[in-house]
Amino acid sequence: MAEINSKIPEGPLAEKWTNYKAHQKLVNPANKRRLDIIVVGTGLAGASAAASLAEMGFNVLNFCIQDSPRRAHSIAAQGGINAAKNYQNDGDSVYRLFYDTIKGGDYRAREANVYRLAEVSNNIIDQCVAQGVPFAREYGGLLDNRSFGGAQVSRTFYARGQTGQQLLLGAYSALSRQIGKGKVKMYTRHEMLDVVIIDGRARGIITRNLITGKIERYAAHAVVVATGGYVNTFFLSTNAMASNGSAAWQCYKKGAYFANPCMVQIHPTCIPVKGDFQSKLTLMSESLRNDGRIWVPKKLEDAKALQEGKKKGKDIPEEDRDYYLERRYPAFGNLVPRDVASRAAKERCDAGYGVNNTGRAVFLDFSEAIGRLGKEVVKQKYGNLFDMYEEITDDNPYETPMMIYPALHYSMGGLWVDYELQTSIPGLFAIGEANFSDHGANRLGASALMQGLADGYFVLPYTIQNYLSDQIQVPRFSTDLPEFEEAEKHIKERINKLMNVKGKETVDSIHKRLGRIMWEHIGMARDEKGLKEAIAMLKDLKKEFWSNVFIPGSGEDQNTELEKALRLADFLEIGELMAHDALDRAESCGGHFRVEHQTEDGEALRHDDKFMYVACWSYQGEDKDPVMLKEDLNYQFVTPQTRNYKK
Amino acid sequence: MDKDIKVTLKVWRQKGPKAKGQFETYPMEIHQSVSFLEMLDILNERLVKEGKEPIVFDHDCREGICGMCSLYVNGHPHGPATGATTCQLYMRRFHDGETITIEPWRSAGFPVIRDLMVDRSAYDKIMQAGGFVSVNTGGVPDANAIPIPKKNADLAMDAAACIGCGACAAACKNGSAMLFVSAKVSQLALLPQGRVEAARRAKAMVAKMDELGFGNCTNTRACEMECPKNISVSNIARLNREFLKAKLKD
Repeated sequence: MAEINSKIPEGPLAEKWTNYKAHQKLVNPANKRRLDIIVVGTGLAGASAAASLAEMGFNVLNFCIQDSPRRAHSIAAQGGINAAKNYQNDGDSVYRLFYDTIKGGDYRAREANVYRLAEVSNNIIDQCVAQGVPFAREYGGLLDNRSFGGAQVSRTFYARGQTGQQLLLGAYSALSRQIGKGKVKMYTRHEMLDVVIIDGRARGIITRNLITGKIERYAAHAVVVATGGYVNTFFLSTNAMASNGSAAWQCYKKGAYFANPCMVQIHPTCIPVKGDFQSKLTLMSESLRNDGRIWVPKKLEDAKALQEGKKKGKDIPEEDRDYYLERRYPAFGNLVPRDVASRAAKERCDAGYGVNNTGRAVFLDFSEAIGRLGKEVVKQKYGNLFDMYEEITDDNPYETPMMIYPALHYSMGGLWVDYELQTSIPGLFAIGEANFSDHGANRLGASALMQGLADGYFVLPYTIQNYLSDQIQVPRFSTDLPEFEEAEKHIKERINKLMNVKGKETVDSIHKRLGRIMWEHIGMARDEKGLKEAIAMLKDLKKEFWSNVFIPGSGEDQNTELEKALRLADFLEIGELMAHDALDRAESCGGHFRVEHQTEDGEALRHDDKFMYVACWSYQGEDKDPVMLKEDLNYQFVTPQTRNYKK
Repeated sequence: MDKDIKVTLKVWRQKGPKAKGQFETYPMEIHQSVSFLEMLDILNERLVKEGKEPIVFDHDCREGICGMCSLYVNGHPHGPATGATTCQLYMRRFHDGETITIEPWRSAGFPVIRDLMVDRSAYDKIMQAGGFVSVNTGGVPDANAIPIPKKNADLAMDAAACIGCGACAAACKNGSAMLFVSAKVSQLALLPQGRVEAARRAKAMVAKMDELGFGNCTNTRACEMECPKNISVSNIARLNREFLKAKLKD
């Protein structure tokens, strides 16, 4: 089995990226025109990469599953984007952003990658402003900032409660400019179903045209996967309905390593689950924790009254409220990182203090902020979020506290990549949430936007040239090659097989069952017994899916049920790999909490002596257990410590 | 308080762009806390179980920001709620015994693909004609190099909130895309970064809009009424000014 080579450049931490750029190989402008690059996905990472690569002179083929590149799920990010500008003069620096991110990730990310991320964060803000992104400003005309979880400085730039939208529209405008110029060929409503490997290198993809059902082949000199995360494995999550892990999963099945699959983020502030019909969960931005205070009642009888609907939040007097985050973590209070806040909510609800009819909710209360700032200021800051909350729940958060509960939100795990963002398959790159690289075991708020744009604007456009520089003599590939033929045949067989099951269960009904297994056994608290059970259950469910699913219509036409079934077939396998990874990692770190490994007061207990590595999973074939390789994490510049948000 | 209600759905079904469409009727019993699209999910589950083809409709984020959902509900783009997309519509907006008519966007610029799904690629083409600032990645000045009055930044943000859903053109009796175009032209014209190309942008985007078969604006303000993001028609006034200024320079 191959050695894991992360290709981290030599030298002091602060000089690695500079040194890399100084010595990497480049492709000259005339040769760039001869090289084609496929970019799959048009979110922050995909759109920014496609636009930047086209600006440099490469020919880009860009794919997305929505009807327009502007609709990728990055658009839904609310809160903000971090950068080490230190505009607030509060002591921020590249090093501090690096340190907070690596600490927030519970020391399970690569130092060199995270430092580079912090370094380029400032370029991102400059770039977005130049594109016309309307960030919030002070009266003096300069940019405003706010605070996010896991940091003691204000370094988060924002555009009301829709920062992701504005950043994505910025990248989309740059992409649109290149489409208009003919440097990017855009394929909307196309879903990548396989990657084509020729002589060990990624040379193309197979897609399904979601309108005609036609299977199509595309060739290029390199393939970039920017297809986001896989938390829709849980059925209910904050991801969009069509967000899926299939593109990344096909790369894994073709030999790319999948890293840290068990590391998923459960976001503490989402609107609680209401009923079986629910199709997704809605996030309430982390920025709300700047002014909202999280609490449950101190007395069990009050909690009971709330659960039975006999009392409302405002009926509980101040002295009977338990602001449990402020109590447990005085230094960071309501702004502890997401994993810590989520677990603390679960702990209180498990103990019986939940505040809604299901007992699975806590209060997020703005009465203190409204008293301190006035309703108008609160409205200016969070008005759109409050309106959204009221529309969904029929409750007015200006008058009664919001109810929130943790929900699946983001995957830190993903395709393994080296420092150059290349997977273990030469010529196949992964960027944004689709890779595993920068967030370790837990991602800090406002860092996903930062990473997506860092990868797409400022990292991949450099590193991909180091690969392409020796590809300039390689002529364009024909899609009639046997490798394309074979890949297309395989996809058509898979679709035929699915269409011909003709069973009794709908795709969604099986997906919901998958979600329940995931939430129960591979959710916020995991243990050895539960994980082993989950693996067995997932194997059974996969069998049932392939023998009892029903898909109406035809495989060679627009077919929403078939699209969902193809994604679910992969989610079933992703879930199992997550369980294997969670089982292997017998420690608690970040979003991965093994109940066997906790301190006396219920905090996560890492075992650095045994688990200071990235788990790189390698596919071994249908129905065979995957094999895990380790990339050791050598911390040379910071000393891993127990994360402490108490003081 | 939310309760169970009975409603009758009249849904537009159309096999393909050239096929003849017709309404089909589906009775539903539904709890008012269910969202409108979740109600369609439930109906689709039922249809699949009966071995029938589910209703095709666009949707994705289900939190009102991606702009994918695009239903005409009882004659209104995105239904009866103001300042909300179809995915943010809940059944508590409807009453027991109501008949609910669901159609795709009806606009020359947005041909029907299937059932309730339409082709909105025209909006992308308008953006490709000029909806950007011509800067490449890298080599840009520091973000705080140019102070921008908060008022302008806020106005630009108001315009930038557009989600490109197409409700404006679908609501307009002329099938005009003016609100969409004006939102982007305004956002960029209000900021110094976009000011440099303001004239070229206004002309190029308007020309592309005309070329793609969108109609003219006759100030009925239906677009503003139906816009899920409350984009103001004052942007159209700004677009007209920008366009005239640009033309006068020719």
